[in-house]
Amino acid sequence: MKPGGTAGACAALVRRDLTLVWRRRGDALNPILFALMVVALFPLALGPEPEQLRRIAAGIVFVALLLAGLLALDTLFRSDYEDGSLEQLVLSPHPLALLLACKIAVHWLTTALPLIAVAPLLGEMLHLPVAVRGVLLLALLLATPLLSLLGAVCVALTVGMHRSGMLLALLVLPLYVPVLIFGAGACNAAQAGLPFLAPLLWLAAALVLALVLAPLACAAALRISIS
Amino acid sequence: MNILTLWFHKLGSPPTFYRLAGLLLPWCYGIGLLLGLVALYSGLVLAPRDYQQGDAYRIIFVHVPAAWMSLFAYAFMAANAFIALVWHIKLSEILAMASAPVGAAFTFIALVTGALWGKPMWGTWWTWDARLTSELVLLFLYLGVIGLNAAIEDRRQAARAAGFLALIGVVNLPIVHFSVTWWNTLHQGSTIRLMGPSKIDAAMAWPLLLMALATHIWFFGSVLMRARIALLQLEGGKDWVRKVALDEGAAGG
Amino acid sequence: MAEFITMGGYAFYVWASIGVFVGVLALDALAPLAQRRRVLADIRGRLQRRAAREQREHGGSP
Repeated sequence: MKPGGTAGACAALVRRDLTLVWRRRGDALNPILFALMVVALFPLALGPEPEQLRRIAAGIVFVALLLAGLLALDTLFRSDYEDGSLEQLVLSPHPLALLLACKIAVHWLTTALPLIAVAPLLGEMLHLPVAVRGVLLLALLLATPLLSLLGAVCVALTVGMHRSGMLLALLVLPLYVPVLIFGAGACNAAQAGLPFLAPLLWLAAALVLALVLAPLACAAALRISIS
Repeated sequence: MNILTLWFHKLGSPPTFYRLAGLLLPWCYGIGLLLGLVALYSGLVLAPRDYQQGDAYRIIFVHVPAAWMSLFAYAFMAANAFIALVWHIKLSEILAMASAPVGAAFTFIALVTGALWGKPMWGTWWTWDARLTSELVLLFLYLGVIGLNAAIEDRRQAARAAGFLALIGVVNLPIVHFSVTWWNTLHQGSTIRLMGPSKIDAAMAWPLLLMALATHIWFFGSVLMRARIALLQLEGGKDWVRKVALDEGAAGG
Repeated sequence: MAEFITMGGYAFYVWASIGVFVGVLALDALAPLAQRRRVLADIRGRLQRRAAREQREHGGSP
């Protein structure tokens, strides 16, 4: 791994992003707090009957994590754009898609993975059946990287804007619909005793495709919005 | 340079396009309006009553053409966005962004008239049927394109970013349709067919097709109108725009 | 004629649909007209400002 090589650049980028997250480790808790609050609101609105909550638990956890991820998505390029390092990335001789893939991976590790870790707790709050918990975690493991990758493309399109929150949600929503349907669908199928493998495999296939294509699309979008 | 590319370049030059679109515009609006009125009259008065749905089926004459147009406008927008992104043609950027609001209008019409048709026929304004849900997602896509285009200051950069989003939507839309279909069968949702197995009568078909033709022509009129304005905005400092602005002012602005 | 208006009992749904169709498309045709007037006025204003500035600069210089 020589200092000027692409691998070196990727490693440096990952190290830098991790350091930045570590310096602001308080912020990393925000999505978790948000997901907890959303989940806590549902029993208050629907009533505390375990039977009723159990039926919709997986869907609520999915939606809560999706919204929390949406909240965290905005930070993906924000500080890099403001301090100018994003432009340096675009101008660097290394393949931009690869560098962005590294950034997205770090973002997923620091925002989505903690959310997945609290997912069993959220499920427990809503009396999610124990048998479904495994499927929920598996579906989340497949779905959240997909959400991060798809979201990154939209963030790249809105990167220079001051108030992009609502617009970002509008851009991201149509892309998230299939992921939500298959992810929550697998959990619901498992809960109903139906085969749940097919939706998980669809998610996995989509993830493989997105792993290849989304960084390229993200790079193209970034080149459009920083020019 | 062969004659086709020469013609293409000439058409692509803003003043020529502006003038040509101005010539075509009244014809598009006029013929569209005329055909639309004939189609409405024949659909509402001449076409026979449906033996199953009574007169409520007459909503088809506005609902189905609007739904077709919502897809056609998206295809037109995406094709222009593709050309704009690959060959950097200014006119394609403008045409792509001009078709977004018109497409959104048709999508909105399709959704609202669909609800108005669903209430007497299915007993509900809305069902989470695959087609309805996809149409709703299509509306969100249109709104996203329009919003992104409006949010970026630089006009050309805005058109390219929004065009890129439109292309992502092309990939996304079939996936959404497929996933919603899968989801609907999982939930054993209502399996209502819009038209049923009955074949549509010729007396009902021709007003429908006429209206489809009318909406297509109207769409192009509307797109040309918007494209002309966008050209004026984009080329604000150029000589030909100055002349247009001063001429219009003298005419009665 | 009455039959045409009542639409076999579905008058509200049919006429509301036609109304939405015609109304939205009319808006779609009228909105650009207003925008066009605004854009042209904007361009003319810019031209006038520039003309005034040029005149001022010419007047000030010897």
